[in-house]
Amino acid sequence: MDWLGHFNYWVVIFLMMTGFYAVIARGNMVKIIIGLNIFQTSVFILFISAGKIIGASSPVLEKGVDLYSNPLPHVLILTAIVVGVATTAVGLALAVRVRENYGSIQDDQLTEEEDGEPHT
Amino acid sequence: MSPAMLIVALIVTPLLGALAVGLLGRWPNLRETATLVTAATLFGLATQLIGPVVNRYDVALEVIEILPGLAITFRLEPLGLIFALLASLLWFVTSVYAIGYMRGAKEPRHTSFYVFFAIAISGAMGVATAGNLLTLFIFYEVLTISTWPLVTHKQNDAARAGGRTYLGILLFTSIGLLLPAIIWTWMAAGTTDFTPGGILFGTLGPTEAAILLTLFVLGIGKAAVMPMHRWLPAAMVAPTPVSALLHAVAVVKAGVFTITKVVIYIFGLDFLANVPLEQWLVYLAGFTVVAASIIALKQVELKRMLAYSTISQLSYIVLAALVLAPFAEIGAAVHIVAHAFGKITLFFCAGAIYVASKKTRLDEIRGIGRRMPWTMVAFTIGAVSMIGVPPTAGFVSKWYIIAGAFQVDNYFTLVVLMLSTGLNAAYFLPIVFRAFFRDEDVPPKVEHGEAPWPMVAALTFTAALVILFFAFNGPIVDIESRILEVGQ
Amino acid sequence: MSILEWMPFSVLLPLLAAPVCALLPGRFLPWLLAMASVTASAVIMAFVLPEAVNEPMRYFFGDWPPPIGIEYRVDAVNAFIGLLIAVMGTVILPWGRISVNREVPQRQGLFYALFLLSFAGLMGITLTGDAFNVFVFLEISSLSTYVLVAQGRSRAAPLSAFRYLVMGTLGATFYLIGIGLIYIMTGTLNMVDLAERLPAVADSRAVQAAFAFIIVGIGLKLALFPLHRWLPGAYANAPSAVTVFLASTATKVAIYVLLRLVFTVFGIEFVRQMPFAEVFFVLGVIGILFASIWAIEQDNAKRLLAYSSVAQVGYMALAISFVSVAGISAGLVHMFNHALMKAALFMSVCTVIYQVGSPHISAFRGLGRQMPLTMLAFVLAGLSLIGVPLTVGFISKWLLIETAMADGNWFAVVVVLVGSLLAVMYIGKVAEAAWLRPAPEGREPVREAHPGLLVPMWILVAANFYFGIDTRLTVDVARRGAEMLMGGSP
Repeated sequence: MDWLGHFNYWVVIFLMMTGFYAVIARGNMVKIIIGLNIFQTSVFILFISAGKIIGASSPVLEKGVDLYSNPLPHVLILTAIVVGVATTAVGLALAVRVRENYGSIQDDQLTEEEDGEPHT
Repeated sequence: MSPAMLIVALIVTPLLGALAVGLLGRWPNLRETATLVTAATLFGLATQLIGPVVNRYDVALEVIEILPGLAITFRLEPLGLIFALLASLLWFVTSVYAIGYMRGAKEPRHTSFYVFFAIAISGAMGVATAGNLLTLFIFYEVLTISTWPLVTHKQNDAARAGGRTYLGILLFTSIGLLLPAIIWTWMAAGTTDFTPGGILFGTLGPTEAAILLTLFVLGIGKAAVMPMHRWLPAAMVAPTPVSALLHAVAVVKAGVFTITKVVIYIFGLDFLANVPLEQWLVYLAGFTVVAASIIALKQVELKRMLAYSTISQLSYIVLAALVLAPFAEIGAAVHIVAHAFGKITLFFCAGAIYVASKKTRLDEIRGIGRRMPWTMVAFTIGAVSMIGVPPTAGFVSKWYIIAGAFQVDNYFTLVVLMLSTGLNAAYFLPIVFRAFFRDEDVPPKVEHGEAPWPMVAALTFTAALVILFFAFNGPIVDIESRILEVGQ
Repeated sequence: MSILEWMPFSVLLPLLAAPVCALLPGRFLPWLLAMASVTASAVIMAFVLPEAVNEPMRYFFGDWPPPIGIEYRVDAVNAFIGLLIAVMGTVILPWGRISVNREVPQRQGLFYALFLLSFAGLMGITLTGDAFNVFVFLEISSLSTYVLVAQGRSRAAPLSAFRYLVMGTLGATFYLIGIGLIYIMTGTLNMVDLAERLPAVADSRAVQAAFAFIIVGIGLKLALFPLHRWLPGAYANAPSAVTVFLASTATKVAIYVLLRLVFTVFGIEFVRQMPFAEVFFVLGVIGILFASIWAIEQDNAKRLLAYSSVAQVGYMALAISFVSVAGISAGLVHMFNHALMKAALFMSVCTVIYQVGSPHISAFRGLGRQMPLTMLAFVLAGLSLIGVPLTVGFISKWLLIETAMADGNWFAVVVVLVGSLLAVMYIGKVAEAAWLRPAPEGREPVREAHPGLLVPMWILVAANFYFGIDTRLTVDVARRGAEMLMGGSP
């Protein structure tokens, strides 16, 4: 196996695990959101790596070029980035609301609070 | 009305009655009239079905297919007719009784009591006329659920606990055991129709058949075969009319009725005779007969004692059905009627004693026979019928069961019957003796005579039925013997 | 316009109505627009279903044939699910109006805009024939749902919404990874093309990993045990209308995506090589048992029903794990039936919350007398959940047990039955409080709810009985759908 040739996939896996750990370690809400972002970014890189064809030109019509990279992953990832930004925005907004309600955004310390909360 | 429409009418009439009762809740007298009129109408409708059955018309009705090949169907057969007649007649009597009881005992919430009572009767009618196991199961569950509010009627801690046991055991057995048994039957036979001669022949091996039969016998929890009997004593927290009609007649008889139908119309006697393991269910039923009697001996509450006596008597019917002899099957069918008359009388008496004197314990009733002679004479007749002494109804059915046991040389059954007769005498006769021949040692808290007249009238009537059934059982036995005819 | 051309409008109408809704002032107009567009979706789907049952309907956006363009491909399965979602939306919105007035008094235009987005997302997931498009719609509906959950009045609502967001985003990203991997292997995202090209590369690690990622991703969305942790909080703290809508639609759509990808895209041969059936069987069984027991332990009626939902997802997983036409059609039927019963149950509990102000079971005491219609609806829908005959729950249980028996799997039979009996306990717990206990002393007498709350609730209760007796629509369509799924061609 060509270890170095797949370096971008190694980066993907490293980022994915880093992000995933940050999410499930369950600490500060902002850190969780950062973790989610890293996690999502790793997937973006995965897609974009797949679209690259070595030796091919960027997918813009040009005379004398007959090998183009695949443009579709870029388009997909553009959508996914938008989704990621929206998720981050909603997540941060919720974190603000949680802080207003509890005075803390330390997720692991709020476990008990959620259960048995009376409906007001 | 065509006979098929009559079946629909049997089920719908009590529901209409329930609606009328609910709407008339504000006017007690009108409300009770509605109940009585409905009950009388229902009995009248049921008698209309005697003709078709006697003349061997096939009265059947398919309502709707709820799954491919699996329909809600009704089909009238002799056993169901007798059950429907019995339940509707005794509903009328019980309604008369209940008017006295509910007012005399100052029970709350009369309207919901009568409403659920009527719904339960509708369920019983559905069980009686069901044409296949699915339909039967539907109404069986209607009966279970509609009686829960009746059992918990008092809404105190005891009622809630009793209701929990009641619903818990009945739903556990029906959903946990009966439903898979029905689905299994359906998959094996491709149908769940009640067919003379059975539908399972040749589809299951002997061991599988034995497992399936066990699922049925234990799954039909309303038959109260041990160890599924605990709900019946728990149900005694209900007002006495409920105990009398539902937990001595409609609900429990729906259970043994179902077992009898399963044995005759699903398995078929010939098929079961080739299932060696079937014997252990005979032993289980026999054990229940004896064990429940012994437990009854130790009871101090009159109603609880009657409940255990019911458990014992129900297993007579299960036992008789499982003996697999023609006479015993007839005996099982006859005992459904005979025990109903006797036991409802006994419960009516227990309720009358409670309303008149607030007494519920056996040791409190010394000398009560002199204050309440009608009640205690009726009680004596009921007790004698339980023991099975002529001239009472209990003797007739016992006769057939014993004859059936001789037909197949089943001596175990004979021993069980003898033992239980002795035990029945041992727990009923002391009560009668105490009531009539001992003096009151403590004067009662309130001076009292007989209970309100509707109650006395009802219990006198049922006591008379016990005697009359001994003398004029011919037509009923005649109709019931037809359950064994194969291939009409 | 033919019905084929109308079909995409069941997604587009709510999607287009959403921004308009956000701009509308007041309370009534946004609701009316939402109601109109959801109803239109339902009507369209009602016409689509009979056609799609016979022959899959394909609509190419912009007339670009796949794989260049995106297509909507509707067969018996997604037409069935789509109709279910649209009809549930139509029933829930009139009910929701009253509770939303109480719980979200301000800026209702935005609330209904979010509701429409969530609805459109679910419809889009259901109808699309493109795997990436599923992701996009999944996120549209999820993002709006997070915000909707956060609108709940309890203090914990934003917290629950946040946790839902984290788990939901993880799930969606897992799904995206899986899609990315199969795209790398096949070069297409169209489900039909994927189904054709995947068998050639089915032996590769990448496809197997993609399968695992997709299963975990969707497992998070459908709250399959043990990925269910977000669900009770989200259901318990969301506004009533949102809870009812989520409970009856969101997990159902996730199940649909699972079925579509697993059976249509990966195909039955591939699934048999993977330990799919075993995993779903075990998780389904554990889910049924544990979630039901947790439900019994709850003191909050909303949370109790939420755990019950996790258990019901277990039933669906169990049904799917048989990997047979009978099993999948049992799962589809249960999906439909569960939507009916859970919506009715949540409606009655939320109606109690509306009247009494507390979801605690102790607050239900004495309500049987004071709110008889609401509590009777609860009991009847509860009986359906238990599986009493004449209700839809009975049909579900019957099909499931029949499938398990035909498979010779007696353990599954026992689990299904034990699950039913546990349901007796948790439904009984609420019913007993309502009917057999006196009202707490000192509480103001509670009155029966507004007819606007009662009528939709009773429509659903009636549907519970109607579809328990006349099963032609559900069982036949589900069987047809299951055959299509198992037959390989979507």
